[in-house]
Amino acid sequence: MSIVVESVSKRFGDFVALNDVSLNVRDGSLTALLGPSGGGKSTLLRVIAGLEQPDSGRVLIAGEDATAKPPQRRDVGFVFQHYAAFKHMTVAKNVAFGLSIRKRGKEEIEARVDELLKLVHLDGFAHRYPSQLSGGQRQRMALARALAVQPRVLLLDEPFGALDATVRKELRAWLRRLHDEVQVTTVFVTHDQEEAMEVAEQIVVLNHGDIEQVGTPRDLYEKPSNEFVMRFVGPVSELSGRWIRPHDVGILVEPTDGTSEAQIDRIVHLGFEVRVELSLGDGDSTWVQTTRTMVEELELAEGQIVWLRLEAEPVSV
Amino acid sequence: MKSKYALRFLALGYLGLLLGIPVALVFINAFQDGIGAAWDAVTTPEAQHAFWLTFIMVVVAVPLNTLFGVLCALAVVRQRFRGRALLNAMVDLPFAVSPVVVGLALLLVYGRRDGWIGPWLSEHGVQIIFSMPGMILATMFVSLPFVVREVIPVLREIGTDQEQAAATLGANGLQTFFRVTLPAIRWGVAYGVVLTTARALGEFGAVSVVSGKLSGGTETATLFVENRFQRFDETGAYAASVVLALLAFATLLAMNLIKPKEARG
Repeated sequence: MSIVVESVSKRFGDFVALNDVSLNVRDGSLTALLGPSGGGKSTLLRVIAGLEQPDSGRVLIAGEDATAKPPQRRDVGFVFQHYAAFKHMTVAKNVAFGLSIRKRGKEEIEARVDELLKLVHLDGFAHRYPSQLSGGQRQRMALARALAVQPRVLLLDEPFGALDATVRKELRAWLRRLHDEVQVTTVFVTHDQEEAMEVAEQIVVLNHGDIEQVGTPRDLYEKPSNEFVMRFVGPVSELSGRWIRPHDVGILVEPTDGTSEAQIDRIVHLGFEVRVELSLGDGDSTWVQTTRTMVEELELAEGQIVWLRLEAEPVSV
Repeated sequence: MKSKYALRFLALGYLGLLLGIPVALVFINAFQDGIGAAWDAVTTPEAQHAFWLTFIMVVVAVPLNTLFGVLCALAVVRQRFRGRALLNAMVDLPFAVSPVVVGLALLLVYGRRDGWIGPWLSEHGVQIIFSMPGMILATMFVSLPFVVREVIPVLREIGTDQEQAAATLGANGLQTFFRVTLPAIRWGVAYGVVLTTARALGEFGAVSVVSGKLSGGTETATLFVENRFQRFDETGAYAASVVLALLAFATLLAMNLIKPKEARG
């Protein structure tokens, strides 16, 4: 189901968490709310879920005004950063919670729980307690619990934030596949641009309570609407007073038209990627992202004088 | 190594001198004339009535204070309102105020002749002072803070995530409380109940002021102990003390038995 947010504002005391925010989330899409902490992304998600009441503005779910509805009646599944597992219940009871509140029959509940535990790869864990699961397993249980009641929208608040890097990567790919399978409108919050780019179809960049830009991962990277988005979604480098992606700068060993002279300070090998740090004639420093092959071909060395050339239009902000 | 043993010795010695030896002596003195004499002393009609009265104090005060304690803790931790800090501070009043003062305060409110609302209640046939209601009020007052104080930190610790998760899954306030919050705080509540029970069993000062100490009438177990002691009936006093101590031990033991392993500490 689609989600529409109309001019929503929310303050906590003097702090403006959301400043007249409007947003459309298409039915069946997978959207990331991306931004630094304190940017308003979690507040926006909680307003959609009904866990937070906006000071002004409206929230529509599937075209219906849900602003005045409590979270119980919004038909949303919500996944918390720290799992919010019911610690005194088994995995099966956790997943069955929403169904037993809805007074579904015992057989129906059992069948649905089985099906969901299979979906999140936790079959065989039904009778364990959350304390006997790893972080990644707990979060998958929380996801199954949220999906059990067949919500119209699925909301995830930094779902992988508390997990270690490897499990995080695994779960990202898995969330992507799950979304393809279940096809429920999904919105997740993250402060990690790589995570947003990898998982989402649409990214909403939030900062200081304002939406900076909404677009596909590629749009944001290639056509950022301002310096904040440009810096937030990828690396930036400065050349002749202009912002540019560091892989859009070419290194030449001979001067040509429109190049600037620079001296190599340092060459950092990061595997395939190589980071070349340079000082420009006017005393500014910059860096260029290139490849190992390039460095070997040009026989670059620290202390060497080279010429830099823009190989793409710098972003006009 | 030495300091390790010194620490243990200090802790055990302190407890032994303050608690162990005196309580042991109570037991020894209770049975100085044999088990039969002790048994007879605590089965007289006055003694039985005193234990019955103490039982009623516990049975009324503990559930009411448990109910109040959980609701009060929820209000203090989960809600934001004016006077929240005041409520939180007021709960500790029974810890700070001497039970005798509590008794006198109750006299000022409910005293039949010069109390604040006592004369009016008396005209309508309700007697608080020198009868059960006053004694129950006194017991409730002194045992009020225990459940609140045990539950508040547990509620803070579990946070609101689980409750919010329950709400998004469709549970209303009551369903969330009974299915999620209460199971999560149950050991805090249980410990509060044990402490409340122990305090209600042992209350002396406040009840002493409002009871009138009528033997076989408004005399609770602790008042009975004092009464026997003042009449030089040492066996009676110590034997009743032993019963009170055993009841308190049983309460503590019961909690430890029902507690699951992971919650024991």
